[in-house]
Amino acid sequence: MSKKIGKYLLLALFFFILTIFFLALKNDPRYISNDLIGKKIQNFKFKKLNGNNENLSHNDINKTTLINFWASWCYPCRLEHKYLIKLKQNTNVKIIGINYKDDQENAQSFLQEFLNPYDLIGVDNDGVESVKFGIFGIPETFIVNGDKIILKKFIGPLNQKNYQEIINIINK
Amino acid sequence: MKKIFFIYLFFSLNSLTVQANEMSDLEQKIFKNIRCLVCQGQSVADSNSEFSQTIKLVVKDQIGKGRSETEIYDFLVDKYGEWIIYDPLFSTSNFLLWFLPYFILLVGGLFIFFILKKKNNN
Repeated sequence: MSKKIGKYLLLALFFFILTIFFLALKNDPRYISNDLIGKKIQNFKFKKLNGNNENLSHNDINKTTLINFWASWCYPCRLEHKYLIKLKQNTNVKIIGINYKDDQENAQSFLQEFLNPYDLIGVDNDGVESVKFGIFGIPETFIVNGDKIILKKFIGPLNQKNYQEIINIINK
Repeated sequence: MKKIFFIYLFFSLNSLTVQANEMSDLEQKIFKNIRCLVCQGQSVADSNSEFSQTIKLVVKDQIGKGRSETEIYDFLVDKYGEWIIYDPLFSTSNFLLWFLPYFILLVGGLFIFFILKKKNNN
């Protein structure tokens, strides 16, 4: 009798472990930003690009705003730049750019070469302040509403599909 | 007078060194428990990537502001999710992970105990 119970227990344990492994296979262990969606952004302060010690802060977000983290050394930022320009031309969304770990002269040259889609530009020389946004590489882009709630986060360069998504969110 | 000054200087420098070591021990402990999100299986302590360098600065900054180890983990988990911490935080969704090994050990121990007891009786 106890032998039978032991066998059933072993079998149950085997299937239990199998189920856990099977469920774990479905989990994506990589970093996903879904946790940030719906959260209010933390108070932040960046020095403005050529702003004579003026600061860019959370108080500058008073309507639906796109916050884009970029740098002149970042090749994918060049690829997405045309979509930011298009957004600037076709919508009235406020666009804030955060120049990430960059040389300010190079950043200026980048904007002269590819045009400036940003209403305001902040500078993060060491990347510390950007951690408040959960940044782990650039480019990354957020859509934040007037109440400073994160509506969407895009990791990597924006593409045509993302552009359309942004338009849909703005027009909601 | 000179002697007293040197003794004072020695103890001041010594206590500063101890404080600095304590600080770096805590930093090291935290760095080792934070996953480098852009690396393959490396902690922030093992990595020299841009991400790790930034996180190291953030941790130093937070320690400087007097935040505790748990508060620093909470801050990073809030921004990057629980994946960033190697040592998982205790929660209702992972309590099995914490207690299952003990449970299995207990059940296994009882199982062996009863088998041996039965053998002895026979």
